[in-house]
Amino acid sequence: MTNSTSLIKNIITQKKYKDKMHWTDYFSYFYLFLGVFLMFGPIIWLGLSSVKTNAGIQEYPPTILPLSQIQLEVDGYDKPLSLYNVTLEDGSITQLAEIKRVGITSKMVDPKDNEKKYKIPIDKREKIREFSVQWENYLDPLRKYNFLLYFKNSIFVTVVATIITLIINSMAAYALSIYEFRGKNVALVFVIGTLLIPLTIILVPVFYVIANFGMINSLWGVILPGAATPTGVFLLRQYMLTLPRELIEAARMDHASEWAIYWRIVLPLSIPAIAVLAIFSIMWRWNDFLWPLIVLSKSEVYTLQIALNAFHGELTSQWNYVLAMTMLTLLPIALIFTYLQKFITTGIASTGMK
Amino acid sequence: MTEIILKNIFKSYDKTEVIHGVDLKVESGKFLVLVGPSGCGKSTLLRIIAGLERITSGEILIEGKEVSNIPASERGLAMVFQSYALYPHMSVFKNMAFSLENLKVDKKTIQEKVNSAAKLLQIEEYLQRKPKALSGGQRQRVAIGRAIVRDPKAFLFDEPLSNLDAELRVTMRKELSALHEKIGGTMIYVTHDQVEAMTLADQIVVLNEGYVAQTGAPLDLYNNPKDTFVAGFIGSPKMNFMNIKSIKKGNEIILNSECFSIKWQEDIEADQDYTLGVRPEYIYICEKQDSDFEVTVDYSEQLGSETYFYCNTVGISQLIVHQTGQYKVSKGDKLFLRLDRSSMHLFGTNGKSIKKNKT
Repeated sequence: MTNSTSLIKNIITQKKYKDKMHWTDYFSYFYLFLGVFLMFGPIIWLGLSSVKTNAGIQEYPPTILPLSQIQLEVDGYDKPLSLYNVTLEDGSITQLAEIKRVGITSKMVDPKDNEKKYKIPIDKREKIREFSVQWENYLDPLRKYNFLLYFKNSIFVTVVATIITLIINSMAAYALSIYEFRGKNVALVFVIGTLLIPLTIILVPVFYVIANFGMINSLWGVILPGAATPTGVFLLRQYMLTLPRELIEAARMDHASEWAIYWRIVLPLSIPAIAVLAIFSIMWRWNDFLWPLIVLSKSEVYTLQIALNAFHGELTSQWNYVLAMTMLTLLPIALIFTYLQKFITTGIASTGMK
Repeated sequence: MTEIILKNIFKSYDKTEVIHGVDLKVESGKFLVLVGPSGCGKSTLLRIIAGLERITSGEILIEGKEVSNIPASERGLAMVFQSYALYPHMSVFKNMAFSLENLKVDKKTIQEKVNSAAKLLQIEEYLQRKPKALSGGQRQRVAIGRAIVRDPKAFLFDEPLSNLDAELRVTMRKELSALHEKIGGTMIYVTHDQVEAMTLADQIVVLNEGYVAQTGAPLDLYNNPKDTFVAGFIGSPKMNFMNIKSIKKGNEIILNSECFSIKWQEDIEADQDYTLGVRPEYIYICEKQDSDFEVTVDYSEQLGSETYFYCNTVGISQLIVHQTGQYKVSKGDKLFLRLDRSSMHLFGTNGKSIKKNKT
């Protein structure tokens, strides 16, 4: 453990010369921090905003920290009123609650004495805030809207679809790279050719097919149409082409059937490429929005992305819930990525064997 | 025990023909070596026998059965590849057991067979290791072990020793030879190294540009090459070739070059151009009065027990002479040479051999 911390310390304090900072060091650190800020900024904002109140999110100018304006119950008013520090005409500062804002003036009341009313220009007042974390943003959707079910649906779609994708794509890639048959190149051109056709074009025909199979409002309707991806086939095929030809021939000489060559030789040796495809597939499936939106219309089969969309009503959006649940949605994919990313680097770095 | 016969094999890639009608017979239990320079089609021929390449026309008979339409996996042959082609994700044991598992042999038999093959090749200690953790020679043994575990009809070797260093190559050569004695299967071995061919083979097939140049026992090829290609390929260093002309003088035929004249006992046509071939080891250094001609030394290689001279003279740009023992000779020195009359080969202008000189 101490070893890895000293390693990390070593990495983040790297510089060109041992004892002094060169200008390239300053420049590198500036550039790296800029990159971190650009990439992490939105996520930090998302994380902090997910614990703000709905009003806090929509507040202008926006704040970074979850500070919310203090609300007070004042006798004679139904709703809680927002509290302000107001500079009066005589220069004294007092705390008033806002009843109503009209143009650039605001009608305010003294919370201690609801008979005392004022008309204050809005530039003479200042909001009183306190730091408050709104955990309800997380708890309410989980309690009220059954968000765990959507989690379950999303996990089911992602896991099953990824497994099916890996099996189908690796078999197709095997056929297109190692198995010898007439018309192999034609088949390859057709597979690659489908890369040129975006989902939006085949949306309607695929929807009809799914509808005819009775898979509307079923998770299988989400999983199956995208199970064979030309990108995945091509990625695996290119990797399999780099496997030494003699290995396959040795297996043929060793009495192996085509299935045995695929399952026992080619598949284990393609693990780095398969891991890369698995990461891609998991990300595609987890973040997929358009296709599930079309296939799924009942709330009990919603995936996370569709459920998030459901917080947007016709007139209002519950941004606090959207942000909180987006945060939860991000977590699993981030964890999976940190675990599998080492396969991406090894997948690129090693071509199998020396 | 398996006999393999090739009949009139042709092989083309698209429009390029690479094997032009090869006939071959490998007798049961024999060690046959296919040898030739790179690009002569020897590896292609081996892959054709293995079933990894399809033939354009011809017949392949294994144990009398036509197999040209049977895939490699069902021909019952085993092959050792140049790169060894060990499965990198499997242990040595798994590598050797793979073919038996494919044949659905039961676990106990697999264990026995792999262990006995490992014992034969002295690789028992490495059975649990991955190929990555083995040296070149050990990988080579595993590759051979993988071939012998399932008692194939015949063994095919595709330049198996060319990735090893010189010393190991000599050791493995001896071991292969011993292995053939022990298990006695039919073996076909491809190499470009004529030393491997000479030392291992019962029978050598010399290939040249897709044709069989000559087939025969190793010494037979050395002593009686059919043409200049085989004469030049077999033997190291290469046979010396000299352009000569035959002249009739009375009843005798004299071979005349720019620097020497030699009486030829055999009856051949006069006033013809020929190529005279003499191996470096059949040229002797002698006194001036016994010599055929004089040469200038360009360069000499002293190996301690033997010496090679690279010489030139009028009309011959390079003549290689092999002598046992050590000589104090330096560049520019003159030597008097005599050709061994009993070991001269005469070739026509088409390169074909004409009878050897009588003594």
